[in-house]
Amino acid sequence: MAEQALDTFPRLLLHHAAVRPHRPAIREKDLGIWQTWTWAQALEHVRAIACGLSAQGFRRGDHLAVIGANRPRLYWSMMAAQALGGVPVPLYEDAIASETRFVIEDSGARFAVAEDQEQVDKLLEVLAECPRLERIYYDDPRGLRHYTQAQLASLERLEALGRETAARDPESFEREVAKGNAEDVATILYTSGTTGHPKGVILTHAAMIATGRAYTEFEKLTADEEMLAYLPLAWVGQNLFSYSQSMVAGFCVSCPESAETVMTDLREIGPTYYFAPPRVLEALLTQVTIRMEDASAPKRALYRYFMNVARRVGGRITDGQRVGALDRALYALGDLLVYGPLRNVLGMSRVRVAYTAGEAIGPDLFVFYRSIGINLKQLYGQTETTVYVCVQPDGAVKPDTVGPPLPGVELRLADSGEVLVRSPGLFREYHGDADATAQAKDAEGFFHTGDAGFLDADGHLRIIDRARDVGRLADGTLFAPKYIENKLKFFPYIKEAVCFGHGRPMACGFVNIDMEAVGNWAEKRNLPYSGYIELASQAPVIELIRDCIERVNRDLAADAKLANSQIQRFIVLHKELDADDGELTRTRKVRRRHIAEKYAALVDALYSGADHVFVETQMRFEDGRTGTVSADLRIADAKLYSAAAARPAA
Amino acid sequence: MSAIVLGVEGISLAFGGVKALQDVSFDVREGEIRAIIGPNGAGKSSMLNVINGVYRPQAGTITYKGRTRRHFEPHQAARLGIARTFQNIALFRGMTVLDNIMTGRNLKMRSGVLWQALYWGRARREELEQRAQVERIIDFLEIQHIRRTPVGRLPYGLQKRVELGRALAAEPELLLLDEPMAGMNVEEKQDMCRFILDVNDQFGTTIVLIEHDMSVVMDLSHRVVVLDYGRKIADGTPQEVRSNKDVIDAYLGVAH
Repeated sequence: MAEQALDTFPRLLLHHAAVRPHRPAIREKDLGIWQTWTWAQALEHVRAIACGLSAQGFRRGDHLAVIGANRPRLYWSMMAAQALGGVPVPLYEDAIASETRFVIEDSGARFAVAEDQEQVDKLLEVLAECPRLERIYYDDPRGLRHYTQAQLASLERLEALGRETAARDPESFEREVAKGNAEDVATILYTSGTTGHPKGVILTHAAMIATGRAYTEFEKLTADEEMLAYLPLAWVGQNLFSYSQSMVAGFCVSCPESAETVMTDLREIGPTYYFAPPRVLEALLTQVTIRMEDASAPKRALYRYFMNVARRVGGRITDGQRVGALDRALYALGDLLVYGPLRNVLGMSRVRVAYTAGEAIGPDLFVFYRSIGINLKQLYGQTETTVYVCVQPDGAVKPDTVGPPLPGVELRLADSGEVLVRSPGLFREYHGDADATAQAKDAEGFFHTGDAGFLDADGHLRIIDRARDVGRLADGTLFAPKYIENKLKFFPYIKEAVCFGHGRPMACGFVNIDMEAVGNWAEKRNLPYSGYIELASQAPVIELIRDCIERVNRDLAADAKLANSQIQRFIVLHKELDADDGELTRTRKVRRRHIAEKYAALVDALYSGADHVFVETQMRFEDGRTGTVSADLRIADAKLYSAAAARPAA
Repeated sequence: MSAIVLGVEGISLAFGGVKALQDVSFDVREGEIRAIIGPNGAGKSSMLNVINGVYRPQAGTITYKGRTRRHFEPHQAARLGIARTFQNIALFRGMTVLDNIMTGRNLKMRSGVLWQALYWGRARREELEQRAQVERIIDFLEIQHIRRTPVGRLPYGLQKRVELGRALAAEPELLLLDEPMAGMNVEEKQDMCRFILDVNDQFGTTIVLIEHDMSVVMDLSHRVVVLDYGRKIADGTPQEVRSNKDVIDAYLGVAH
């Protein structure tokens, strides 16, 4: 066969099978033992599945729905579909039937691969409403023995059929691969869609491979990386890190035994390349903290001492900056006694590059991982950009930014503050939705991210809010309520915060205290209280919150663009904001507009200069009854800082 | 209708003056799930203990796989393919889940204690085979994540599951379960029900179980024996038993 450019995934697969046939391509823990498939073996499975699918009528351009956890056979099915010029459409495994039905109907998938009985049941449930879905193949046969549906067959049988077909025409796979084109669609990923139905984001081979290559070069990834694939198959990050980059760099991807064993599997694999959303990192830290609290007193003291050393100098050492000799020696000792063992427990001893993204990460959490020597970095991107926009570079990590634009990314900031992106990794369009495409992608090919942000003095991008939430103070300066609210919520004492300021002369806010944290705090100080209302109205509690707000103000003052949105007046609310009262969404996001209307009297009082306000609010109890709570709330002032007084961002 | 694997004929068991069982007879067919129910102290656990040879009845016979005897020694019962779980969990609390289930394989091992201690030659080969079998059970019961956890650290529902795992490790033909769902929450009960049904369906194991939760019994079992004060008062399908007057009286009490 003539030498081809490595511009599609099936060509990359053939390349690795030829260049490193005996190196591991994918692993899975089965019956307690890691099973490994080499690139040559992986190719044979992909070939068998592809030939089987082809014999069953899978044609170029057909869509293959893939639903389940990270399993080698599911990955191979995706590769097989691509080899035939088809398009894999991965689905979230925990999606409910109606979401599954939408994606299958919208993509028009004729074929589906399901991991196990649970997923097969889901597909069978929606089968009647998805007339185009013809065949379902399953990986794990457990519990499926009595299923008699004609559409159903095991992947094993499909592979057997494929091997027979391939025996008759051994070159058919290579012929199909040769027909492929870099501009073909590689996959359609459905975005979760906070508004309306999910949208199918079409990514081409060219876009995904370009991003995979760029990351590989940027982080100097090699064929020897180890990575654990434990996040949803349908998520763009998983497709980039475990699929695209593995195919580009040729490294091995390991699939965990089950969702519950990820921690153990992580330690056994010892990944060099790792991704975790903030919630996972937070859960890990909580585990460590709890276990440390149960440890003996000398161990606790040792841990506290060296964690203080780490907090002081660890971040700088991880960044490769200059640190005094004594601190360096102390840190080395700490590494021997605390940080090294801790990294080992976390399964991160060998991690060279760790990423986090998806939601705002608390600065303390972020700094903790960096200070114990884990090169954790934030990245920024969307499904539409194949998560390729910004990454914090080694040696120049600033916790409150997402780093400078990556090579090949053109970044533009609209007048509204919205971040616009053009890059080789951009999506082609939304599947079957030209209007949405036209809205998201302008005539020059820039993608409108919907996020508002700005570049700081070093050219690092700082994301502050969703663009539609960003407003302006009366004097015209930027006001990003969610950014400030998030900063406030990183304090354990503050559960919710709502900030106002759009079209107003200054920024003001409501705060909900965290009953548990503030309750503990109060108990330690012998402050008596009978319930939320009483606790929230105590003068020392208001002082506590004032201190949190002033610390945020000091941070804000350090930024010329945000200095004017320091919070000048605030109220500690008399009731907890609740989804039942329509104040939060079901996913616990504050509904700022609704709150502003409901508590108009309080907002007016904030801006009127009054120092207290009487309020009576209706609330709904959990048993459905309604009642009213009333309180006389104190309006407190917070200190403002000038840029000079601000400490540099930690 | 499938063949009878276990026949219990006229069993009477007394501890001094206490008559635990009086002339109880019933049979268990191959591949069925047979429930024994009854109020506290009705003699349910005693019945299981008679079947696997822990208690020696004063009268009656047990017919298992064509052999009729008054009494089987517990180790004979085990060799004949009878395994059980206990009402109060009887696991080695300091040992891991894996090791606990491994003990259930001991009957299947041919090499002696000395060879096992040396872990060499046949003993080593055997241990690897046994381990593979144990891993299949771990996979079946979905307890991979606690494989290396000492049993004492596990919540109650999981300990029950591990105990089922150890019983399964003996590859029993007849499985005796003593209140497998006692003290569990709704979700744990549902999981356990599913595992019991799966064991019965996939391995074809005959199951005799004692249970208090009536809805569980009605859903799970093919036939039900009802004991009250050591006597059998009803025997039949769940529907038949549910509408039986004596059963209702025994459970709800009756005015005398």
